Amino acid sequence: MHGRPRKPATPVDENASALKAAKIRSLQSQFLLNHHNNIYTKEALEINAKLIESNPEFMTAWNYRKLAFEHNLSNQSEADSDHIKSVMDEELQVVENALRKNFKSYGAWHHRKWVISKGSSSTERELRLLNLFQKQDTRNFHAWNYRRFIAGLKNISDEKELQFTTDMINDNFSNYSAWHNRSVLLSHLLEKKVVGYFPKEIFLKEEYEFVRNAVFTDPDDQSGWFYHLWLLDQTVKVDMPNLVSSWPPHGSEITKTTFPIVLFFNEPVEGVNLQTVSVQVEDAIFKNITWSLLSANKFKCGQAWLTHLTIPLGETNSSKIFQVKISSEYSQGIISSNDVPCSQHWSIEFRVSVCHDFQLEGQSLRRMLMTDENFCTVGINSNVMDLFKSYFELASDYEQPTSSKWKSEMIASELDQYRELLSWAECKIGKLTLARLLMANDAIGTTVAPNTSHVEEVLKLYSELMELDPAHYQYYKDEYSLAFLKQVTSSKESLMKYCGQYKESTSSNITGPMCLRLNSLSLSQIGSFERLLWVQSLDLSHNQLHSIEGLEALQLLSCLNLSHNKVGSFMALDPLRFLKSLRVLNISYNEIGAHTVDTRRYLCSSPLSHTFDYDKKFEEFATGDEKVLNCWEAYSVFGGLDIMQLDVVGNAAADERFMLFLVKLLPGLKWLDGEELH
Amino acid sequence: MSQEFNTNLGTLFAVNLDGPSRLHRRSATQPDQSAPFSDRIDRFDLGLGMGELAAEKHAKYILTVEKKKDDIESVLMEHLRINGAYWGLTTLDILGKLAAVDQETVISWVMSCQHESGGFGGNEGHDPHLLYTLSAIQILALFNKIDTLDIEKVSNYISTLQNEDGSFSGDKWGEIDTRFSYVAICSLALLKQLDKINVENAVKYIVSCKNLDGGFGCTPGAESHAGQIFCCIGALAITGCLHYVDKDLLGWWLCERQVKSGGLNGRPEKLPDVCYSWWVLSSLIIIDRVHWIDKEKLVKFILDCQDKENGGISDRPDDAVDVFHTYFGVAGLSLLEYPGLKAIDPAYALPVDVINRIFLH
Repeated sequence: MHGRPRKPATPVDENASALKAAKIRSLQSQFLLNHHNNIYTKEALEINAKLIESNPEFMTAWNYRKLAFEHNLSNQSEADSDHIKSVMDEELQVVENALRKNFKSYGAWHHRKWVISKGSSSTERELRLLNLFQKQDTRNFHAWNYRRFIAGLKNISDEKELQFTTDMINDNFSNYSAWHNRSVLLSHLLEKKVVGYFPKEIFLKEEYEFVRNAVFTDPDDQSGWFYHLWLLDQTVKVDMPNLVSSWPPHGSEITKTTFPIVLFFNEPVEGVNLQTVSVQVEDAIFKNITWSLLSANKFKCGQAWLTHLTIPLGETNSSKIFQVKISSEYSQGIISSNDVPCSQHWSIEFRVSVCHDFQLEGQSLRRMLMTDENFCTVGINSNVMDLFKSYFELASDYEQPTSSKWKSEMIASELDQYRELLSWAECKIGKLTLARLLMANDAIGTTVAPNTSHVEEVLKLYSELMELDPAHYQYYKDEYSLAFLKQVTSSKESLMKYCGQYKESTSSNITGPMCLRLNSLSLSQIGSFERLLWVQSLDLSHNQLHSIEGLEALQLLSCLNLSHNKVGSFMALDPLRFLKSLRVLNISYNEIGAHTVDTRRYLCSSPLSHTFDYDKKFEEFATGDEKVLNCWEAYSVFGGLDIMQLDVVGNAAADERFMLFLVKLLPGLKWLDGEELH
Repeated sequence: MSQEFNTNLGTLFAVNLDGPSRLHRRSATQPDQSAPFSDRIDRFDLGLGMGELAAEKHAKYILTVEKKKDDIESVLMEHLRINGAYWGLTTLDILGKLAAVDQETVISWVMSCQHESGGFGGNEGHDPHLLYTLSAIQILALFNKIDTLDIEKVSNYISTLQNEDGSFSGDKWGEIDTRFSYVAICSLALLKQLDKINVENAVKYIVSCKNLDGGFGCTPGAESHAGQIFCCIGALAITGCLHYVDKDLLGWWLCERQVKSGGLNGRPEKLPDVCYSWWVLSSLIIIDRVHWIDKEKLVKFILDCQDKENGGISDRPDDAVDVFHTYFGVAGLSLLEYPGLKAIDPAYALPVDVINRIFLH
């Protein structure tokens, strides 16, 4: 029982309890008898009222009162307003008695709403009741809900309600419910473009000051901090969806005649199709293009969209260069998940030259070993760097200018304030807020290239937080990893430090694609995928990753090393399903099969989330044994892939039976755990 | 959701306390259960594991609640007896003790709570409501007896409660709440009848209840609350719509529910309570952010809330126990991978093997 001490009952207690129980039980039976026989007399209603007073949560008892109310009013031949008023008053009284017993009773609050909706009660009476309850329990969410209901019903202005939250906060700033309602009211006022609240920079400045008073008074109270984070989000948020990067990038030249096209947006969008995006090769517009979503959800909404293009070569003019143009035909048709259209026109142009290019398939018989000795550094003048050189120089052309002077000024002033706070208070949320402000400051910078001037300071703050607040260590670690990757991917120079050319140490002429080597960095999360669309080979080994969400955007990926991480299930590898070019995969030494709880189960395509049908083909494919355990999950992830080299050793799930299943599932497999298959 | 819950399970659970435990039986009939799992059970039975969960006592507590049917708490909770039966039975299943219950008695009693409209009441003769209908379906699912139902009738009852804006009323009297959205969606999914409702509108309504902190309230504009967040996240998970959730923002809010004692609260600046071990944890698991809290400290907090003498778990250490908190404590430990417990699904709130049986075969 909530808040009731555990103690053995004395005989006296037990007696009293039994007596009371018997009394209520008798009320219950009398009430149910009346209810089942549709008896709505005064006596019957009194029995019901007594029952409700002793147990306000008895839902059927409230239903009965509504039936009685309707019954008694429909029996009135003429509209007798006095009678209606007295019946209503009685109902309101019953509710008030019930709320006195338990003011968290869902049934009581709803009954009041139901009665009020039937006729009039004075606004004053309702507000008086509310003030009474909201003084007694300032966080009672039923009362706050009822307040919003009454404000809507009686057309009380948002400004007036906003004043109420100001008063409540001035009384006691540790009132999260009031801060919450403030965000709701300000959002309404902003949406309705009410003078004094639109555009948002008008009220933001005052709100920053208001909440500062609260968090500076007691930095350890959480109430105001969440509100501050909302203000920060309101400050930096770009209010519309927008293309942020693509593969191939604008201005690039590629040498394959069949290749994927990836469009990457700043937020999940829907509506990428033939009508909204045009694909033009030389002068011909391609009409047989199908865009698909690179994610597992039902309602066609996602950040990354994919199609494949094949340049028709015609005769033998193999040295020809083709101009390709992808542009937004009707950008308004591309909309975010909250229905905001993409209003900016964009266009990506690149060239396709037909010549021989690197083919991994050509050396499929050899095993690729992604170890240090098999990589050599990439020279800054290397040809292979040209591709992402053009990419970095031009990627920002179609990034929307998000910077506004007022935003930078607001963030700068907040930075000063919170640096000052931290000079005298050791406060974890204060530190976290400073880190967030610094990241926001970089995000709205005016330079064309990504700004990472504060990342070092941010990384330091997250390191300190890991020590200061060990219970949330992994949260800070994840944020650290993301900030770190932002820094790594911010420029060609920083990325080059992490690139290696595959070159077998034992044989000088065996080379592979350039590899992005983010191994052994103790990363717990990965991100910045919009800047990694060019990656063909990726080494993420010896980190602490348990998820690879977002990796599906890397459509060129053919080699992936994930060994020695914390991947806990096959479902966590779901993004691989979309990587049709993948040939070499190392998932050895992870935790697949070692957990009873799968935290990726609802974030991937699955019959449980109605995003993937249980495959009847699996029933035919798998033997009895294979139908259980992880086989179905492995089937759903790997079933459509053409993997040649796979390492799975060092996972709880990788027993002998399972290995046999993999061999059956992947007919193209040449190497399994280092052994050549025949 | 945060009001006091307790229940009288009456004489429902005719008992077979000394019978073989379900876990041992299962390992005999299902040899495919992985070896590490059975190891863990043995360790747990010998009391050598993390070993502080008084599992036997808790099972006994649930099975003997009937003896207290005359006390005031039991009488006050008769109106939600079917919820209580679901909490109790699911706890027993997680503890491996469901075989101790007489299935026939339970099922015929559950069916006696069905109203002619197709919905279920909280007890015999009580009015039907979505909240009780889900519990009835979940109980039948535990026993693999969903086919006992007239599925068409039950799903029609549920689908007629959807409003034009996508929201759900709890019953014909029109109270609207995202709790009912979850209950309707979860029920229909278990019955494989989701196409009976407008899922897209249902999702839109839930998304309209999203707040500044990434959480969700019971209606648009209502404050975030961990119980409500579970309902909304659960419904979005079941319908494959988690892309509407800001996982990092919500995940941070949820992980900040952990207070110094290790326990979780349901809203900022509130006291911790064992029931949030379910509401917060399941939400964190569904959005893959459960590693952001200190699991060991939470395990300790839940174990500290046990009544080790008489069985049962309470909201906070040394408070009076009840079935509601016993369920949320044991289910929470299962979500924390406590050894010897069956895994529970965070979205459907039923054991994983029950859910796999429904959706993967």
